[in-house]
Amino acid sequence: MSSDQLLAFEVDCHLFKDCGFDAPGVHSFFFEPIFTIGSVNFNKPMLLAIVGTALILSFFWAAFSKPKLVPGKMQMIAEILYDFVRRGIAREVMGKKGEPFVPFLVSIFFFVWMLNLWALIPIAQFPVSSVIAYPVALALIVWVTYMTVTFKTNGFVGGVRNLCVPGGLPKPIYVILTPIEFISNIFVRPFTLAVRLFANMFAGHILILIFTIATWYMLGTVLGTVYATASFAMTLVITVFEMFIQALQAYVFTVLAATYLSQALEEAH
Amino acid sequence: MLHPLAAEEQAPLLPVWPEVLIGSITFAIIFFVFYKKLLPSINAALEKRHDEIVGGMERAQQAQDEAQQTLEEYREQLKDARHEAARLRQEAQEQGAALIAEMRAEGQRQREEIVATGHAQIEADRKQASLALRQDVGKLATELAGRLVGESLEDHARQSRVIDRFLDELEEKAEAAR
Repeated sequence: MSSDQLLAFEVDCHLFKDCGFDAPGVHSFFFEPIFTIGSVNFNKPMLLAIVGTALILSFFWAAFSKPKLVPGKMQMIAEILYDFVRRGIAREVMGKKGEPFVPFLVSIFFFVWMLNLWALIPIAQFPVSSVIAYPVALALIVWVTYMTVTFKTNGFVGGVRNLCVPGGLPKPIYVILTPIEFISNIFVRPFTLAVRLFANMFAGHILILIFTIATWYMLGTVLGTVYATASFAMTLVITVFEMFIQALQAYVFTVLAATYLSQALEEAH
Repeated sequence: MLHPLAAEEQAPLLPVWPEVLIGSITFAIIFFVFYKKLLPSINAALEKRHDEIVGGMERAQQAQDEAQQTLEEYREQLKDARHEAARLRQEAQEQGAALIAEMRAEGQRQREEIVATGHAQIEADRKQASLALRQDVGKLATELAGRLVGESLEDHARQSRVIDRFLDELEEKAEAAR
């Protein structure tokens, strides 16, 4: 990769040099392809997604492939993480019925978290989940699973009832509620699931970019350096905040997936 | 300025299909490996650990129960043994007492028998003696009388000597007869 691909801004531009601030924006999320096969551009987020997959798998392979009765350090950490999803999400949201979905939820949680974590890993420093295609892919998978489980558990009619007719309400309300439920469950849920993750990571990345680029931009003069110091401090604060957001968004995504599946497993009223 | 793609292509809300595909495939790989290999493996280990811990506690409980039971058994046996010993002792005592009583009775019986036999013997001897004495006295009296008659009766001293000699002879005879 050339420096043009590594850095998302002009390096020679500084404050008080008759040079405007090259603010980060939508363009910061589009990359020159590393290589192209036919019409398909292979870019940095793709590479990060693949390397991230390899990282997740090698970590958990090292920890879980030959598990010991008395765990070593790595197995201990992996077990805590696994237990967090299994107990803290699957058991908590879905109860006993959630056990078959534990591998699914575990995969979602660690994949999303890994994609988010790339934002802070040196050299990469780009949250893959801020490219809408990845949240969309995951939301689609969740949606397909959600629909499959709904219709498998309740049959076709029961499945439609489950999706459109919430039970225990006075009859006239259903006139309004049924279309709302239908739109909410079938269209809004996958959309918000994908957009929530995307928007959070997108915004977070923009914030980090703004303060990082501003720090560099304002260096050079004494006054500028004072500004730059403040901006750098903000970068640190935002970075710590982002670490929290990355885990939180992975958690939220997984909890929502579990909630949808749990609702799909409910018997029709 | 770094704007690698034309502005109209930069639509951040429009997913690009190759990326959706890559995202799906990578997720599928992660899910597959977790589902097929890693989670069953760690679940088995967790299960085993749980069993070990719970099983260890159960085994300890079992061992304790067993020890308790054995102790109870031993106590029971000890109690039985004590009872048995006491019973045996009493029995022995009773038997001994019975034996002593029996032997005492036997001794008494034997003594009485012996005494009776002795009495009978004495009686028989006495009878025999008296019988013999009666015969002997007659004969001796006759013999003495014959002697007295044979000797001259005038001499009193002589008579007296004859009687004495006769009595001595008698004693000698009795000595010899014994």
